[in-house]
Amino acid sequence: MTEPVLTVEDLSVRIAGLHILQGVSFTVAPTGVTVLLGRNGVGKTTTLRAIVGLTPRNGEVRGTVRMSTRSLLEQPTHRLVRGGLGYVPEDRCVFAGLTVAENLRLAERRGTTAAYDRVFALFPELDRRSRQRAGSLSGGQQQMLAIGRVLLNDNQLLLVDEPTKGLAPKVVTEVAEVLERVAESVPVLLVEQNLAVVRRLAHDAVVLAAGRVAWTGDAQELLSATALTKSLLGVGSAQGEHHGAGTEPGAPASTPGPAREDGS
Amino acid sequence: MDTIILLTLTGLGLAALYFLVASGLSLVFGLADVLNFAHGLFLGVGAYATWWAAGNLPGAGPDGLGFVVAVAFGVAAGTLMAVLVELVLIRPLYSRTIEQVLVTVGLSLAGVALLQATWGADARPFPRPEWTRQVTSILGAQVPNGGLLLIIAAVLVLAAILAFLQWTRYGLIIRAGVENREMVTALGIDVRKAFTLVFAIGGAAAALAGALGSVYFGTVSPQQGGSLLIFAFIVVVIGGMGSVVGSAYAAVAVGLLQQFVNYYGTSGLGDICVVALLAVVLLLRPQGIAGKVATA
Repeated sequence: MTEPVLTVEDLSVRIAGLHILQGVSFTVAPTGVTVLLGRNGVGKTTTLRAIVGLTPRNGEVRGTVRMSTRSLLEQPTHRLVRGGLGYVPEDRCVFAGLTVAENLRLAERRGTTAAYDRVFALFPELDRRSRQRAGSLSGGQQQMLAIGRVLLNDNQLLLVDEPTKGLAPKVVTEVAEVLERVAESVPVLLVEQNLAVVRRLAHDAVVLAAGRVAWTGDAQELLSATALTKSLLGVGSAQGEHHGAGTEPGAPASTPGPAREDGS
Repeated sequence: MDTIILLTLTGLGLAALYFLVASGLSLVFGLADVLNFAHGLFLGVGAYATWWAAGNLPGAGPDGLGFVVAVAFGVAAGTLMAVLVELVLIRPLYSRTIEQVLVTVGLSLAGVALLQATWGADARPFPRPEWTRQVTSILGAQVPNGGLLLIIAAVLVLAAILAFLQWTRYGLIIRAGVENREMVTALGIDVRKAFTLVFAIGGAAAALAGALGSVYFGTVSPQQGGSLLIFAFIVVVIGGMGSVVGSAYAAVAVGLLQQFVNYYGTSGLGDICVVALLAVVLLLRPQGIAGKVATA
């Protein structure tokens, strides 16, 4: 079996007294898309942020996270990113007051050649709008800029948090197409609520429930099992819609999934 | 008419002084979220270092090129002080606001006490070029040259900071960091270097304010930094945290308001009006004239 690109073992995160992740363990395959699923508030975004070192200062992180053989939790975020861990946050987080070109220029690194050709091949619109302020772009264009910024450098792994959130259906398809092409060259750990996108992209799935791993395995297998999908995500896979409902981000899910923490 | 011109230009001189102190304060708060109550100390260090250099440093003096050397020495001392404060005292305390306030307030008090212990509590005459004691006639108004010097210095500093922010890599990092510091680190950038840099810029501008402010007033005293810092904070809040241009607008508004009300009203009423202006801005536009809602 090929070595995973990312290994998460017994990851626990407490923030402001809330025990959000409680011993989460999973691996990310060295190719393709691994999707992190779960209802709202189960800790998907917290997991990504813990991996990339962005847990708030009042938070406490325990466990082990390794990318290849390198331990990640002790290192500052900027060093992890320079080491090949790309992160596309929830809600895009482009710098609204800067132009598209300036947003991209920020991601350039000394001593390496920025892959503008790769970015503009995927997102020709960014080239055309390079002098436009990022804050005046549409949601889809901002998402493309957020992804493009990360693709300017070579990465060993991409963490992508809800890239289709709040986008029009046509733009969702475009973003999914781009991620599909990106995943041909770099593995992706994806948090995604849109099951149609998950069905299109994901090879492996990790389902979180109440801060624990409730299920791991083949993503297509999960989506084809309607009863299982409904019990874990609260929505039938055949519906192909957004899953998750009800609870606040950061709070434990009100209906935990089956307590099968196989964690491999 | 000449009274209006005189009040306007002396008000702008005061605004220039406020801007030089507030610009660095605003950048430091906007980028690093540090409310630096020791910023007035950088001004005091700049003023005293210039005063000391003019009398003791070889090549420096109260006039001509010697004065430029003395001011450069003062600015260098203020910059060094600011960098040391950031590296030694502030860096271990990022995101710990209460501790930052305690440390910077303590440092400010200790710094003033040290200046008093070394050079006395009373104001001392400041060595300055003869031409700064004179006035220039502008449209019939006799405007003190010291005030004009402050205005010119502030305009140059504003232009230099804007050029730095617009055209350099670190300027780009600072502009992005003021919007979303966390995302800057998530792009692989060590934002702590930018923190040190904004402290250095702020320290240099404040030290320049100390030197040129002392030229304008003709004296240097340990309390100078503290009293100017109060108005600088008001300028920062009115202008918007993190916005240098906002600080410039706010400094002009505060300087002119203070000068006109103090002249046409009673002395001290201008200060009260400035606080009232602050209250109005906070009620109507809490983020300030040009401020943005900060994230992360």
